[in-house]
Order: sequence, then structure tokens, then C-alpha cells
Amino acid sequence: MDCIIIDDESMARTIIRQLCANTEGLNIVEEFPNAIEAIKFLNQNNVDLIFLDIHMPDFTGFDFIQTLKDPPKMVLTTSDKNFAIEAFEYECIVDYLVKPFSEERFAKAIQKAKVTLAGENKEPNATAATVDEPENHLYVNIDRRLIKINIPDIYLIQAKGDYIRIKTEGKNHIVHSTMKKIEEKLPKDLFLKIHRSYIINMRRIIDIEDNSVLIAKDVVPVSRSNRPELMKRLNLL
Amino acid sequence: MEQPNLLYIDDLAGNDSMFKQKLIQVIKEELPEEIKIYLENYDKGEFVKAAQNVHKLKHKISILGLTKGYAMANEFEHNLKNNIPPNNLHEEFKTLLEVMDDFIARQ
Repeated sequence: MDCIIIDDESMARTIIRQLCANTEGLNIVEEFPNAIEAIKFLNQNNVDLIFLDIHMPDFTGFDFIQTLKDPPKMVLTTSDKNFAIEAFEYECIVDYLVKPFSEERFAKAIQKAKVTLAGENKEPNATAATVDEPENHLYVNIDRRLIKINIPDIYLIQAKGDYIRIKTEGKNHIVHSTMKKIEEKLPKDLFLKIHRSYIINMRRIIDIEDNSVLIAKDVVPVSRSNRPELMKRLNLL
Repeated sequence: MEQPNLLYIDDLAGNDSMFKQKLIQVIKEELPEEIKIYLENYDKGEFVKAAQNVHKLKHKISILGLTKGYAMANEFEHNLKNNIPPNNLHEEFKTLLEVMDDFIARQ
């Protein structure tokens, strides 16, 4: 992964550079003490990942993100915990590191970035190869219209009383149906019910901690009875 | 008074003594400059800018293991940002910066 660092603090850049050097597959191509210089660089170069400080004088990290048309994936680095909610409003942000962070926490952020990038690279091929196969689509009835949903795009299904919420990358759909009915329509190798109110797309898992799964931006509970099946389905080292 | 330490830096550097020295050198160069800018802004009454300076210094405060100092800096940053009239926190913060500067100069 080609990466850049944007941080006005030299010490912070030194630490990130060292952590990257200790991590296989990361290549720091450039570092910048301010966002303006980074924008000039990005006008002519592509990178896979940006380590971005939020608090910088004149031009903040959030200002920087808003200037980019097609922002690369980013890991935010900040001394302030209070921006976490705002940070995850941006799809390009894969993780949020509060300074000073440990090597372990940094490694976790890199793992999240790798999973996100790998998922994005795989999807176009998978969709193209299977686009005409009806089993890859699902039609749902919303306000008397049949809406087509690409099944691999679904990352989460949540029970909501008499309704279910189907979450995809681009849109959420509220459909009058049951978990049982939709579970029957989904490929079993791709989806798993991890709680009586949640079905997840296994390929979209970012991480698992105790009794919860982080999937895209949602933290989803895992019930005790479904946990063994979830663990069985993971490619554990 | 709480004293700085190198626990975080040692943990991060592991056996890499070159990295440890490099990081200490960067702090030696950067810290006095950051302190100078903070004091200038504070003395001019530019409290919002001074708050930004305090925010930046907080990273070094926590890197040097000063947990009480970090909490105090947080409160001071908040006061400066919200134009709460200066009180003894400025003096306390200045003392903290001096302790850090002395400690890092001795490394």
C-alpha cells in the first residue's frame, strides 16, 4: 500500500513513519506538514492510504477531505477523542487513532484498511461476472415498487418489528418482511445470522471484539448461541 | 510534581536504539519551538491560537507519560478556547513545559 502522512507535528510523522516501516506491505511515499502541500501532491499522484491529522492550523483534516473529489482511504490521527462521530460520517475514513497510540492499535487500523481496500478491489469483478445471474439479485417491495438489490452489496440486515432494514453500501431499505423469509433468499456461504435480529455479510466483517462484530460502520451484537457458528466460519490463524 | 518518563518511547522503540534517539532528537528540536509559539500567543492575548498550541503540546505531554499534566492541559485548552479568563493554569502549564524541556534536554 502506498501511503502518505499529513501532520503538522514532526514527532507524530516520525512515529507513524517508524510504525509503517515495521509493517509489511506499507510504503510511505511522502509526508507533509500541512494539507495544502498534500493536495498538490495528490493532484498528480495516487495513493492507497493517508494518515491524516485533524488538528492543523489554517486547514484542518476535515477541510482537506472535503477538497478531494475521490478521496483515498484514510486513518485519522488526533489527540482529541471528540471527533470520532464526525469522522465516521466520511466513507473514506477506515479508522480513528487517538494519539499517542500503541503499535498494536496501529496494526489494527492497518488491518482494517487492508480489509476495506481488498473488499473494494474484489467487488467490481464479482459483480461483473455475475451480473446476469438472477440469484445475485433480490427484488423487494417498497411502496408498491419492486426495487432491485444486488445481494453482494448487502452488508447487514436488521429486524425492526414487522419490518427488516436492509443495509447496503449506498442505501438502506425498510421492507415489510421477516428475518426468516430473507434468510431463505440469501446465499448461506455469504450470510450468517449472528443474532435473532441481525444477519451479516461475512465478507464485510472488519473486526470482532468479545460479543460484537464491526461491519462497515455498524457494531452488531453476537448472541451466545450464534457465536460458535460465527467462529467456525472464520479463517482463524 | 509529576515527572516525565520515557516508558512510551521505550515501548515503541523496542530494541531499536537508533529510532529512540531519532525520536528524542525530534522532540528536542520541536518542543522549544512549540513552547515559544505558545508563550508568544498567550502573552499577546491570542487565546484561541494559544489553545491550538496547547492542543498540539498535549501529544508530547502524553508521550512523556505525564497523565496529570495531560488532564490539566485539557482543562486549560478548554478554558482558552472558551475565553474563560486566565487563571493560575497558565503558570501551572508553564511549569509543566519547563519540566518537560529540562527532561528532554538531559536525554
